[in-house]
Amino acid sequence: MSTLNHIKKVIEACLLTASDVISANQLLEVFDNQIGNDTLELIIEEISQNYADTGIELVKVASGYRFRSKPEYQPYLNKLYNTKPARYSRATMETLAIIAYRQPVTRGEIENLRGVAINSNIIQLLFDRNWIEVVGHKQLPGKPELLATTRQFLDDMGIESLEELPPLPNIDEAFIHKEHDLIAEYDSQKELNNEQQ
Amino acid sequence: MNTVNLQMNNPIIINQQELFELPQDLYIPPEALQVFLEMFEGPLDLLLYLIRKQNLDIREISITKITDQYISYINAMQVLNIELASEYLLMAAMLLEIKSRILLPPPVRDDKNEDDANEDPRQELIRRLIKYEQIKLASENLNKIPQADRDYRWLEIMVEETPPELPQVSIDQLQKAWHTLLIRSLSTNNQHHMKKQELSVREHMSQILRQLQQNGKSNFFTLFKIELGTAHVVVNFIAILELGKEGMVIIMQDNAQNIFVDLAA
Repeated sequence: MSTLNHIKKVIEACLLTASDVISANQLLEVFDNQIGNDTLELIIEEISQNYADTGIELVKVASGYRFRSKPEYQPYLNKLYNTKPARYSRATMETLAIIAYRQPVTRGEIENLRGVAINSNIIQLLFDRNWIEVVGHKQLPGKPELLATTRQFLDDMGIESLEELPPLPNIDEAFIHKEHDLIAEYDSQKELNNEQQ
Repeated sequence: MNTVNLQMNNPIIINQQELFELPQDLYIPPEALQVFLEMFEGPLDLLLYLIRKQNLDIREISITKITDQYISYINAMQVLNIELASEYLLMAAMLLEIKSRILLPPPVRDDKNEDDANEDPRQELIRRLIKYEQIKLASENLNKIPQADRDYRWLEIMVEETPPELPQVSIDQLQKAWHTLLIRSLSTNNQHHMKKQELSVREHMSQILRQLQQNGKSNFFTLFKIELGTAHVVVNFIAILELGKEGMVIIMQDNAQNIFVDLAA
């Protein structure tokens, strides 16, 4: 049985040289399942701490673990690689937000929520990024596709599950429960009407 | 504030009043209206902007005021010949409908259906606005989460890949393999091959004889059907040689170098 220190070095080498997210199972298999999940998590935590004071960090995402550059250094990397990272338009981000928070959702529902026709380029863009996928069809005329976000989306957002997304802002709780006292204008208008009658 | 008083050719009728200039509230320069409209992701977004500009809670919006403002924007755009997406016009129609329903006296109804009939016509719109604003804010939050390639890079230390070790082969093994191959090809493969070709040549020989019987002495070249391809030409040529060798045809050449083939007498 290898010493913990040895295991730690092996895992570090695995994660640093991987060209994709590495799952916990893949790492356990490296050691022929001779170590347990608890040990693995402990070691990952230790490695993670070792990199705390560096320009890179180890993150846990939906599919497993991967090293990434710390976001605060991205501007410098952009200079090095001479890249200007593209930002998605508001329309794209709103569409993505609807799919992320209301999934599975049809295009029609997205259009309804945003109040505008959807530009198919936006959907295509998200498909190309491998952030959304068709997970089924709604039992409606035309069998519209049901869209949902992918594991790749979670990985790229650096999160483990949808629950880690920021919660939906709460705008209207009071409104839903107290529909009666929301209508000052309406009520006064009704009174006016009644008086006229 | 730089208020713009736009003189309009055709008055706009709002609240049964003719409007000869754009509302005071509309302080955005007309040439910027197009840009202004492009700021919005649709009619819901524009409505939200109008509501928020007044620091109003969505729940407390005055439908009359908002409708008037919204319609003034829409009218201004149309006066300036700015093409509007149909969604904006649909929203205008919906606002006017809600407004008119509020102005009408409540319909006479029996108490049982009161809940339905009593529904504030604004409610559906307010619900949509709230849902939209929620998603709008959510998308802003989503955009703040670091994204791969935009806000960080995945790390990958390049490791030079050593080619997998190749199996060693001795000359002995190679020789054995060759022998096996040779024996196998002599015993099976080759025979098949020969047989096939023989058949084909034989077939062509018969074909040539039939042709000579029909046409008599023929020019060498007329015996070939070039369009059938190289294989045909080769096999046909072999067939003619074979026929000649077996004495079934005579191959001759005249003074002008033309080659003729004829049946053996």
